[in-house]
Amino acid sequence: MDTNLSFQKKDDLSIVLCGQAGQGIQTVEYLLTRIFKLAGYNVFATKEYMSRIRGGINSTEIRISSRPVHASVNKIDILIPLNEGAIRHVEERISPETITLADEETINKDFDHDNYTYVEVPFTKTASDIGNKIYSNVVAVGTIAGLLGVELQTISKYVKQFFSAKSEDVVQENLAAAKEGFNLGAGLVGSSKINIDISRDAAIKDQILLSGTEAVALGAIAGGCNFISAYPMSPSTGVLTFLAKHAKDFDIIAEQAEDEIAAINMAIGGWYASARAMVTTSGGGFALMTEGLSLAGMLEIPIVIHLAQRPGPATGLPTRTEQADLELALYAGHGEFPRIILAPGKIEDGFYLTQKAFNLADKYQVPVFILTDQYFIDSCHNTAFLDLSNMKIEKHIVKTEADYERYKITASGISPRGIPGFGQGLVAVDSDEHDEAGHITEDLDLRTKMVNKRLRKFELLKKDVIQPELVGPESYKNLVVCWGSTYNIIREAVKNLGRNDVALLHFKQVYPLPEETMDYLQRAEKTAVVENNASAQLAKLIRLNTGFDIENRILKYNGLSFSVEELTEELNGLLN
Amino acid sequence: MGTQIFDMDNIDIAWCPGCGNFPILQILKQALAELEIEPTNLVLVSGIGQAAKIPHYFKTNVFNGLHGRALPVATAIKAANPVLTVIAESGDGDMYGEGGNHFLHTIRRNPNITNIVHNNMVYGLTKGQASPTSQIGFRTPVQVDGVFLEPFDPLAVAIALNAGFVARAFAGDGAQTKEILKKAIKHKGYALVDIFQPCTSFNKLNTYQWFKEHTYYLEDLHDHYDRNEAFKRATETEKLSLGIFYINPDKRTFEENISIYQENQQPLYERKPDIGKLHNLIETFKIAD
Repeated sequence: MDTNLSFQKKDDLSIVLCGQAGQGIQTVEYLLTRIFKLAGYNVFATKEYMSRIRGGINSTEIRISSRPVHASVNKIDILIPLNEGAIRHVEERISPETITLADEETINKDFDHDNYTYVEVPFTKTASDIGNKIYSNVVAVGTIAGLLGVELQTISKYVKQFFSAKSEDVVQENLAAAKEGFNLGAGLVGSSKINIDISRDAAIKDQILLSGTEAVALGAIAGGCNFISAYPMSPSTGVLTFLAKHAKDFDIIAEQAEDEIAAINMAIGGWYASARAMVTTSGGGFALMTEGLSLAGMLEIPIVIHLAQRPGPATGLPTRTEQADLELALYAGHGEFPRIILAPGKIEDGFYLTQKAFNLADKYQVPVFILTDQYFIDSCHNTAFLDLSNMKIEKHIVKTEADYERYKITASGISPRGIPGFGQGLVAVDSDEHDEAGHITEDLDLRTKMVNKRLRKFELLKKDVIQPELVGPESYKNLVVCWGSTYNIIREAVKNLGRNDVALLHFKQVYPLPEETMDYLQRAEKTAVVENNASAQLAKLIRLNTGFDIENRILKYNGLSFSVEELTEELNGLLN
Repeated sequence: MGTQIFDMDNIDIAWCPGCGNFPILQILKQALAELEIEPTNLVLVSGIGQAAKIPHYFKTNVFNGLHGRALPVATAIKAANPVLTVIAESGDGDMYGEGGNHFLHTIRRNPNITNIVHNNMVYGLTKGQASPTSQIGFRTPVQVDGVFLEPFDPLAVAIALNAGFVARAFAGDGAQTKEILKKAIKHKGYALVDIFQPCTSFNKLNTYQWFKEHTYYLEDLHDHYDRNEAFKRATETEKLSLGIFYINPDKRTFEENISIYQENQQPLYERKPDIGKLHNLIETFKIAD
């Protein structure tokens, strides 16, 4: 232990807490992100965890900065291991710059005292003195917040609020834990062992702290979602939980179905009878929904599908991240029918795109996917208050006349959509090929007409595409292409390059692809795609659509997201 | 109300001559007409199979979905608009085989829908394979040594799950079947009516004659509020009883349990989302003091 350490951290700090499932690391993340936000710090957090309820090793990364930060980094400035195996778990991320704050017993024999810095902080003893070692996570909260200079009052207030549903004893003991932790943290600052200088911004007070899950779920509410049926599956379940929690306030029917097959059939039945329905699932669950997806295609019933990706095949790595289900979403379902696939990059995209998904689905009577992943879902940061001024819930339901026919062949391909019980008409829909009235037919000329009608909508969709976002100079020579959740990581990496000839092109709509895609690509001398999968699925789709072959591929598929540093290095290598 | 209100013009019915589906079609029209249910207020939901074609021969709202999936669809339609009368109707293969899991959980969920199952103990549309209700020893081109799987007993399963209304009828007896259907449709909550129905093309064993000889009606004295007695009668195999086996009138329906209908009966399409409330919810994400 180096007691003479003077830790001069710049203004961008990565704090990692690591320990067993059940040790309350999620609580620490929850409390600290909120306390930092309250105190006016820019904060970002993400987590990686094992598929276990107890034991194993999980870690959470909290980044605090003078500037807005939205991406995961590899470096650890402050490490708090909460059990013995923790250090080994994050070993590769520890550097001579890392300061480990720990109980003595969590520092195992392997710890490299010569190169790495360790400051003993008696989290467990402090907690035990208060009454139970279970409070050591709240001691850690107090320590970190104190170290960062957050006022005790702010910490106590939030800790009290968080535990308010518990007994008075528990509240008091947690408050004591936070206070003792705060003193430990303040002591570290006072002893000049650690000195951190991150500026606060008063404007952050008016911002919100938003996670990927919350963004998608709030977007659904803003899109008029009033029906969600789903079967729990990591990492998609949070959207169901959120909407169930707020069901009463927003007139939402939230039902846990017996399986994903039931879930999607319920959602389709819901739309048939006027609901604005969604499902939320992950790869394996979505695989079960593909029959229902095809049904939505045939019935021309809208549906919104939140597909939160995790690594497959099969059960894969249930709690990890990957972007390998683009092709699944693209090709799922037998037969030919149009669809839309959206993939939020920024957390707030999750809100705006999900909101829009309901309008698009209703307007074109097609399935609309929101393709996220575990990294997106489990990350959060402070961001501007969501803009509700343009939140129009576009309903495309018609009141039927007595002679109503559900599948009237129209020039646009869109047939006015009636619902049963609203108007004088009858609404018939059929999974068989059907006539204009919705009844089964084997008239093969009519079959051709119906296929053409359904596919005409695809031509409309192509004209209503969300443009990709170009970040960087218009006069770029090098173009980095990506989609979905990697946006902020790549954005920061590209910025780190410090070059004026590199731009980032991010697709938040991956299907149908914007017609301008080819122009963007052709203007570059060098192109690279960055994807969290093994086969560069977006690059393949771009090639299929444009013939353009993106020459360089940076791919990662070990179950973790990219870090800013590794992408900076990869891109540097590629461009030099 | 006359049954002609449900008649379709110029339809080409795909069933074989003598099929037990014909009388069921007519009996259901009579039951609905006598209950004065308007076609615009009725939705017939079906899956796939010969029985599942029935909505196409009915002038009403129709959802002919996927094989085995009628029940989740019907549940959602009723939940989205509880004003509608919703009937989920298909064959034994569809409801008890492909849709078996939905059958179990729909009973648990207890939506206020009627589940009519045409039970002919054979697969018709796929030409003569065993169904979940085929009897032991029944030979087919696939079950070449005869069926040896325990036949699925839908009534016993439904009673075991404490379904609100469990009945069995016979397509050969229009008068009784109509009365059972009327009671099932009027029942508040999930109601199962399993209807024995001969398949003239693929089941030469369970014919009209066979059903006449092997069925009888539950006595007037049968206490259909007695679940144990109902279960006992449902598991009899010598002769198969018909009638209403079990009624549990005290169950809350799925729609009654859904929070949004506690104080407001409006169907979803009449409601407007409250953006002001959404704004307030997002405010809480400020984590303000």
